[in-house]
Amino acid sequence: MKLESKIPEGPLAEKWARQKFALKLVNPANKRKYDVIVVGTGLAGASAAASLAELGYNVKAFCYQDSPRRAHSIAAQGGINAAKNYQNDGDSVFRLFYDTIKGGDYRAREGNVHRLAEVSVNIIDQCVAQGVPFAREYGGTLANRSFGGAQVSRTFYARGQTGQQLLLGAYSALSRQVANGKVKLYTRTEMLDLVVEGGKARGIVTRNLITGKIESHSAHAVLLCTGGYGNVFYLSTNAMGCNVTAAWRAHKKGAVFGNPCFTQIHPTCIPVSGHYQSKLTLMSESLRNDGRVWAPKSKEDAQKIQKGQLKATDLAEDARDYFLERRYPAFGNLVPRDVASRNAKNMCDEGRGVSKTGLAVYLDFADAIKRDGQKVIEAKYGNLFEMYEKITGENPYETPMMIYPAVHYTMGGLWVDYNLMTTVPGLYALGEANFSDHGANRLGASALMQGLADGYFVIPYTVGDYLATIGPADKIPVDSPAFKETEQKVQAQINRMMSIKGTRPVDDLHKELGHIMWEYCGMARNAEGLQLAKQKIQALKKEFWSNAKIMGDAEEMNQALEQAGRVADFIELGELMVDDALNRNESCGGHFREEYQTPDGEALRDDEHYAYVAAWEYQGEGNPELLNKEMLEFENVKLTQRSYK
Amino acid sequence: MKITLKVWRQKNTNTEGKLVDYQLDNVSEDMSFLEMFDVLNDSLTRKGEDPVTFDHDCREGICGTCSMYINGRPHGPQTGATTCQLHMRSFNDGDTIVVEPWRARAFPVIKDLMVDRLAFDRIIQAGGYVSVNTGSAPDANEILIPRSIADEAMDAAACIGCGACVAACKNASAMLFVSAKVSQLAILPQGQAEHRERAERMVAQMDAEGFGACSFTGACSVECPKSISLDHIARMNREYLGAKLASDNVQG
Ligand SMILES: Cc1cc2nc3c(=O)[nH]c(=O)nc-3n(C[C@H](O)[C@H](O)[C@H](O)COP(=O)(O)OP(=O)(O)OC[C@H]3O[C@@H](n4cnc5c(N)ncnc54)[C@H](O)[C@@H]3O)c2cc1C
Ligand code: SF4
Ligand code: FES
Repeated sequence: MKLESKIPEGPLAEKWARQKFALKLVNPANKRKYDVIVVGTGLAGASAAASLAELGYNVKAFCYQDSPRRAHSIAAQGGINAAKNYQNDGDSVFRLFYDTIKGGDYRAREGNVHRLAEVSVNIIDQCVAQGVPFAREYGGTLANRSFGGAQVSRTFYARGQTGQQLLLGAYSALSRQVANGKVKLYTRTEMLDLVVEGGKARGIVTRNLITGKIESHSAHAVLLCTGGYGNVFYLSTNAMGCNVTAAWRAHKKGAVFGNPCFTQIHPTCIPVSGHYQSKLTLMSESLRNDGRVWAPKSKEDAQKIQKGQLKATDLAEDARDYFLERRYPAFGNLVPRDVASRNAKNMCDEGRGVSKTGLAVYLDFADAIKRDGQKVIEAKYGNLFEMYEKITGENPYETPMMIYPAVHYTMGGLWVDYNLMTTVPGLYALGEANFSDHGANRLGASALMQGLADGYFVIPYTVGDYLATIGPADKIPVDSPAFKETEQKVQAQINRMMSIKGTRPVDDLHKELGHIMWEYCGMARNAEGLQLAKQKIQALKKEFWSNAKIMGDAEEMNQALEQAGRVADFIELGELMVDDALNRNESCGGHFREEYQTPDGEALRDDEHYAYVAAWEYQGEGNPELLNKEMLEFENVKLTQRSYK
Repeated sequence: MKITLKVWRQKNTNTEGKLVDYQLDNVSEDMSFLEMFDVLNDSLTRKGEDPVTFDHDCREGICGTCSMYINGRPHGPQTGATTCQLHMRSFNDGDTIVVEPWRARAFPVIKDLMVDRLAFDRIIQAGGYVSVNTGSAPDANEILIPRSIADEAMDAAACIGCGACVAACKNASAMLFVSAKVSQLAILPQGQAEHRERAERMVAQMDAEGFGACSFTGACSVECPKSISLDHIARMNREYLGAKLASDNVQG
């Protein structure tokens, strides 16, 4: 397959303006003749659905939760980046672009990232106009904080609930369009397949989660805004329902999947407490502004702490190793996530971890509290400290937090061109569901930015170009054979799952997949482990299809059945992630292959051979996927080894 | 620890439900309340029984999906926390815990502990927004908002739409939820242009959904996981009265 990124010609800073001018427009009176399906109501989906409805398109919006307001974006804590330079500290669109490209370890497209940085400023304006209560200075101007991988203060925030407030803003815009009759909402509805006919996306097949009814929806274009697939690891900071199903089933219908192995492990999460653990909780990266990360200098001390014979506060200053400050004096505790995570893992691997399991390091606020007073720290992080205490029963004002890395975000996703269109014409992917802007590692506070950039400011232009090209008549009814066949296929899969009647609950199978992925395709990977993982996943797939146990009926609310569909897709995706990780014989960003590292343990890229997007093409059940390469061209930045020293 | 659960089981909206007893012998105090339900569901499935249906998603107190009525209190014994943030260390070995769904006419039970809260979405659709189209906003710093105002708006905006306030209220009133949104937008300059109709429309929708009247007992605010203050109800009443006096544009 020939992958055309469709990046416009011209100087970097003019590309988006040129593209906007080149794209075809749908005349205002004709917009109501087009139907657009938006799957997902997170930041990407809600902003897209609202904006397209405002323009006059007829929108159908879908989510699996009971309300669009509960999409996983709601959980984002720390903030959203924008190149406003309100702090007069040297920020600019180019600097945000540059930081993002560098932070992504030079595995993202220059054109897309520059556009992202450009529209970032409009996002803040839009959200403020909606009534999003961002943090303010006493004079009434907007406040900022800094985040990892940046030396300027460009992150806007609403206490520790930035995602919530941004999503509620987008949700309110969406709700307004529901009231206007331009958006029809389908909640507790899961997309189970994409309908493709005549080489174009024609609509989707869904399951009503309350009644179990399988239904078809037809449209001129379909937007997948279905979030990331971090739950392939079972334990992650994602909400329990986050899944890859929509993207994966679209992949099997021809949408190529980009860089599936690029996953982000977040350094500051609350460590695992037991086998019953169902999810991991993130402690926002913003905490690293004031918290200092350390581990005991000696293994002996660490062991005593693990056994409960010694407390963190017992350790004298010179018995502590502030390892990030020591190794990266320029960025200190604010190094990018992949670097911070790997260093924490190394401490634990050396036997210097703390907590009962030895799988944790400290994040200490004692100095910040001494410097600024408890009040100031409380104002900045109060709700995060409370959250920590609720989960662990420990008070972080008195004793350092314990943290450990956890799966958090997936940079990989459906491959899209500059217009956010996948390789299936008429099918778009927005937000975390696409692969496009973060390369091999995402900087903090950039996912919210990307989701809203895609939904508010990119798709309203680009989807019009496609619609104007095909015309209003180019749509097929839900009783046409393409829809009927897809419905039957979906029904057959459900029947097949219900009839396995094995002995293992689906959740248990999901946990096993998670263990395999974390062990062999997590923070550090090597060829041998990946080969083994592949075998284990294939065996697990057999086990799933012969031994899964799902109680209840398919024609009613059935949460185990929902999970079964998702786990089946995660298993297949897991195998592709392993293939992708095996193929990429280099280390970059979140993808750390142990065979490829510098003498001091940093990721060793191979730009000569791997400066490309690995775009995988489905080849039918049981066949290896076909690797397509989109070569990345860098005209505006020089590829160097990332250094945060 | 050993725990006895009495859990509301109801097949669907149209059938009767009842409390069913379950015994759990191996509960760790570090488990979350929902993880205990995961363990219960695992054992039910293995035994060939239907697992308990319950709503949950983020499991960190922010999405507002989880909704259990535990020993007569929405979200259980902890204040300022959701069910998913509740840990078993809040209970004692040998405890019996009764778990029911939210009870309110406007929140019909879908199955077991899961209820339908679409009424909340319809109330927001009635006016819980600032009418501003994408692309038409001025520069963000052109609207100066004193920190105290921004903070007050944020306090109100922290509502997660869980419905505990309704479940806690003997009249099943939705006043706390509605007032939080009305108040957030009434405090901010961006919300001024529409503040009158907003209150009127949202209250009209609240009534139409079958929520009860507010008798200001304050139970809602006590049980609210985000500790939304009763002050917002007072502010909304002012907004609403002002609107009624000034306009005749919204009926009932
Ligand atoms: C705990 C946490 C904190 C974070 N903090 C930050 C932060 O501070 N700053 C930052 O920039 N980023 C942060 N992130 C990342 C960021 O929140 C996400 O990447 C982003 O919100 C994803 O938005 P989205 O719109 O792409 O998808 P989501 O918000 O995940 O929405 C997905 C939508 O798709 C729907 N859906 C999924 N599958 C289906 C299906 N099959 N059928 C129907 N509907 C479906 C869901 O119902 C949902 O509506 C954080 C992430 C986590 C987990
Ligand atoms: S006001 Fe409180 S209890 Fe009511 S919905 Fe909002 S967060 Fe829940
Ligand atoms: S599951 Fe999200 S608030 Fe409890």
